[in-house]
Amino acid sequence: MLTLLARALLQGPMTEAAPEADRDGLAELARKLKGAAQARLGRSLAIREVDAGSCNGCELEIHALNNPIYDIERFGIRFVASPRHADVLLVTGPVTANMAEALERTWRATPGPKWVVATGDCAVDGGCFAGSYAVVGGVNKIVPVDLTIKGCPPRPRDILAGLLALLETVEGKR
Amino acid sequence: MAEAARDLVRFLSVAGGRLVAAHKPWPRYTLDLAGWRKLAQTLADVPHWALIDLWAEPDQAHAALRDEISGAIAIASLACADRRFPALSPARPAADRLERAMRDLFGLDAEGAKDRRAWLDHGRWPVGGDHAKERYEFLPVEGEGLHVIPVGPVHAGIIEPGYFRFTASGETVVRLEQRLGFVHKGIEGLMAGRSVAEAAKFASRVSGDSAVAHSLAFARAVEAALGVEAPPRAHHLRALMAELERVANHLGDFGAILNDVSFPLMHAHCGALREKTLRAADAAFGHRLMMDRVVPGGVARDIDPAALPALRALIAELRRIMPRLAHIYDEKTSIQDRTVTTGVVSAAQVNRFAAGGFVGRAAGRGFDARKSVPYPPYDALAFDVPVLTEGDVNARVWIRIREIEQSLGLIEQIVDRLPDGKISVEIPVATGEGAALVEGFRGEVFASVKIDGQGRVVRARPRDPSWLQWPLLEAAILDNIVADFPVCNKSFNCSYSGHDL
Repeated sequence: MLTLLARALLQGPMTEAAPEADRDGLAELARKLKGAAQARLGRSLAIREVDAGSCNGCELEIHALNNPIYDIERFGIRFVASPRHADVLLVTGPVTANMAEALERTWRATPGPKWVVATGDCAVDGGCFAGSYAVVGGVNKIVPVDLTIKGCPPRPRDILAGLLALLETVEGKR
Repeated sequence: MAEAARDLVRFLSVAGGRLVAAHKPWPRYTLDLAGWRKLAQTLADVPHWALIDLWAEPDQAHAALRDEISGAIAIASLACADRRFPALSPARPAADRLERAMRDLFGLDAEGAKDRRAWLDHGRWPVGGDHAKERYEFLPVEGEGLHVIPVGPVHAGIIEPGYFRFTASGETVVRLEQRLGFVHKGIEGLMAGRSVAEAAKFASRVSGDSAVAHSLAFARAVEAALGVEAPPRAHHLRALMAELERVANHLGDFGAILNDVSFPLMHAHCGALREKTLRAADAAFGHRLMMDRVVPGGVARDIDPAALPALRALIAELRRIMPRLAHIYDEKTSIQDRTVTTGVVSAAQVNRFAAGGFVGRAAGRGFDARKSVPYPPYDALAFDVPVLTEGDVNARVWIRIREIEQSLGLIEQIVDRLPDGKISVEIPVATGEGAALVEGFRGEVFASVKIDGQGRVVRARPRDPSWLQWPLLEAAILDNIVADFPVCNKSFNCSYSGHDL
């Protein structure tokens, strides 16, 4: 194990440079928040992830943000275990009828100011599952959405760019 | 019982069964009520007939079975005139949740089933059944000083939703009861009535981590139904994708299991290796999870030749690093203390549920669809199927480590001898019925499909291996401490979406 640790030290970090904050995301946030979100959280965001019926593809890519290559914690963004500790709900899935109440209750349990990020095509409008008897069809049918990140699933870089846009917005920089 | 009656196919043909000629590649028999009843009784006496799947159509019940001695697979069907069928769950406990789902989705009643509660239907669908509107009663637990720990459906990590109800005596779990169905999207309903190509998109999204495995099972079922064979190059590219998917998921699981016993170093290394694997997949096929790449008839796009050196470099890197990581895992007694003898499932249990994948192979059940029901190109490639017998978390970790090694060998062979030629054939517009079994990272994925004369899907049934593994997690955690549940759960890594559909 010492060899592995030594090698890791010598090689330096694997972490890659950050992507630019997503421009569309910034515009979307500016429009939705109308400058009302000037609350200063410092350079930190606590995220509670909620799977509201995804195929698990989005979860895999959100997970990847924690790996050493994306290393999301360097931006002060971290995933927390409880909605009570969260600033942001990162929601995936078309919102199944069986998850709608759990999503709403999670949102209620999150203290304000709070933001909701609909992640993946399903979360935006139900995606390919829209129209099924078993799905509500989009996160905004249940809770207000501040930012959408498209893709099936979105790449980790896209999710990161969206979250950086949110971070910049809540910091009141733009 | 006479030897002849123990042969599955002979039994079905004798038990009032009528052979459905259109069904490929395995025989399907339509039984009469007496024949199905006899099947339900005989299953209790013949433990080696594995129940692969049990599913419904609006007026029919189907059971896919495998004779584990002869290797023969057959499907038994029953027309349910009065919307009932004799339950198989008294003889095969894995049928319990399948029967409850059949009632939820198609209104077919399993006569003689013990558990009458709704399963996927939580009473929240506009089209749901009345039986699901009642309050869900959890199984009673009696005893002094017991306490209940409810968890979910929203969990603490970045994982899928489900509800776990633990009853503990002090630190020791005396019962776990799962309640699933939270991510039911109505996938089978959405696939019905669509063209084969449209339905394939849903197969790709049954479970995001098994996009290749489910697309492949669906594609092979369609090809069987319509009597077409994908070209050799497509077979090889499909297997290449399937093995990349296996490696990526096993790496993710290996790291995540060790993260759950507080060894984040391994999680970090495995996370980076998984990322490199997904990037290689992206470079080769244009999608990190390779969704929509395996399609009926072949593959949707050819491999980018520029990605081949990256693939070889990935194999070399994994071959260099994996033995080191495995060695670190093996020599740390504080980690072994958490994984050895934790979350044991017995050989009897995995055989009874016909559980596959690392759950079955860590407990002595050697079934692997790539070897047991061989399909191209695996029938011409060299690889081993590692099997262990301890059935604990440690054994499930080692099965994954060994399978990564085998997959690297397979990827190398495929890259070395990738045949030239077409990557797909046209799918004719015709009626047909087919089924397929392919090996995903988690276990065998079964698919069944019925197609009408306009090339539309009448009924598609994707069965994730999780259906047969989830119930065993309830058994594995018994007499373990509550704090070991995360590591037990991760070592199973069952799919919620693949199960809930």
